[in-house]
Amino acid sequence: MAPNKIVLRFPASISDKPIIFHLVKDYDLMINILKAHINPHKEGTMVLEVEGSRAEDGLGFLRDQGVVVQPLTEEIVWNEDQCTHCGACTAICPTRALYIERPAMLVHFDSEACVICQLCVRACPMRAIEVRF
Amino acid sequence: MADKTFAEINAKIRAGKAVVLTAEELVQLVAEKGVGPAAKEVDVVTTGTFGPMCSSGAYFNFGHSAPRIKFHRVWLNGIPAATGFAAVDAFVGATALPEDDPLNTNHPGEFRYGGGHVIEDFVAGRPVRMKAAGYGTDCYPRRELETTVKLDDLNEAVLFNPRNAYQNYACAVNTGPRTLYTYMGVLKPGLGNAHYSTSGQLSPLLKDPYFRTIGIGTRIFLGGGTGYVVWNGTQHFPGIPALPEGAPPVPAGGTLAVLGDLKQMSPKWLRGTSMLGYGATLTVGIGIPVPILNEEICYYASRPDSDLYAPIIDYAEAYPNRKPGTLGQVSYAALKSGVINLNDKQVLTAPVSSYHKAREISATLKQWLLEGKFLLGEPVQLLPGPDAGIKPKSLEIRGSGRRNG
Repeated sequence: MAPNKIVLRFPASISDKPIIFHLVKDYDLMINILKAHINPHKEGTMVLEVEGSRAEDGLGFLRDQGVVVQPLTEEIVWNEDQCTHCGACTAICPTRALYIERPAMLVHFDSEACVICQLCVRACPMRAIEVRF
Repeated sequence: MADKTFAEINAKIRAGKAVVLTAEELVQLVAEKGVGPAAKEVDVVTTGTFGPMCSSGAYFNFGHSAPRIKFHRVWLNGIPAATGFAAVDAFVGATALPEDDPLNTNHPGEFRYGGGHVIEDFVAGRPVRMKAAGYGTDCYPRRELETTVKLDDLNEAVLFNPRNAYQNYACAVNTGPRTLYTYMGVLKPGLGNAHYSTSGQLSPLLKDPYFRTIGIGTRIFLGGGTGYVVWNGTQHFPGIPALPEGAPPVPAGGTLAVLGDLKQMSPKWLRGTSMLGYGATLTVGIGIPVPILNEEICYYASRPDSDLYAPIIDYAEAYPNRKPGTLGQVSYAALKSGVINLNDKQVLTAPVSSYHKAREISATLKQWLLEGKFLLGEPVQLLPGPDAGIKPKSLEIRGSGRRNG
């Protein structure tokens, strides 16, 4: 099964409970946590990549625990016509999705490698990168 | 070989016979043929840089309204412009911000619009909302106005940048424990990345590092139009820095004050810029032709990235507190490779100025020279070089009880 990026929203009542490890232990899934955040109201948000034959069962388990499961529909859009190819986004990109092609010294964006961390959106001096939902 | 003169080279440019190379092409030619033959063959070398340059701005004359006003305060798209000149003159600085900008109250601030963006909007021909306040005089009775203006409506619009084209610049790193938001971009903690902002072997003042050809009156590519070097830039401290053994003695620390008609320029080469947590600024495109008058000039103009070094500066501690010292030097060849070795750590590098655009500027200026539509401006006076021994002065903080005089 192809990697599947999803967004999980944890209500405050369960955000301190160990839940994700069940996906690995009980459902034999390979998971990759791309982003995790708990807000001041103790509600949690997590962006997760899930891979494995029992992925649907695992997501069913999450729903039973009260976790809201949604597909990740955000995407990062790099507006090349606004980009000056300065490169200021490249060393801060954690997955090298934004990178410089050498020796042309041109900035490129590999959307497959992007984990939507959004660091680049505000770091771009030309504001050439945006998030779309 | 006898030195060539500006007049001889200009005659060749007019006749369409000048040999013009970009600095990248000269690097290659000298590597193949040597400095002597290259100096004989080549007349002009073109350089380029395209990076954020905070000490930039533009002054305008807006023409007179009826009844007349004498500007006491002026805002352009909400950005305060400097008044204090004659009635309808004003200057907007690249880093000026709206008076109601949240700044860094919610750190890091975004600084989405500032003086640099006003300049870009004017150059792009977009309408700019203008507000002005006067205090009313017998000759200038109006007290306020609000209108929309475009670049073509103005009498004069002049880009006047007090400090541009830094000869060399720091490679910025962060040894501290938290992310830093600087004019050199976002610096991750614990040497998480290294940012630099010079086009290296294409950078104008690294190609005539002793100011043998650049001075007051040098004609340049500025913001897509024609501009001039009008003075040395502020903080012009040309000197020979500590360099690794074997490196050619290339000075650093020189700067330029440049000026040109904004109406000739293009938003492609003047871009409003937002540095997260730092502020707004203007990214400026500059290209300078270096006439190859003799072998010495050819030698320095042909130094490759592997011979040019940037000092590594810690923005966690040393820079903000004005502490001297560097973490060493690193060549532009290493910086451009994308990774450097620092304190036994592989550190990813990224530029803040666009090498791609710098290359395009050097190629455009070359084309202008080949077409004979751009002649060299012979300086009426060269700028001071390292021999002038200019020493930086710093601002001392004195007690409030002390009075002058």
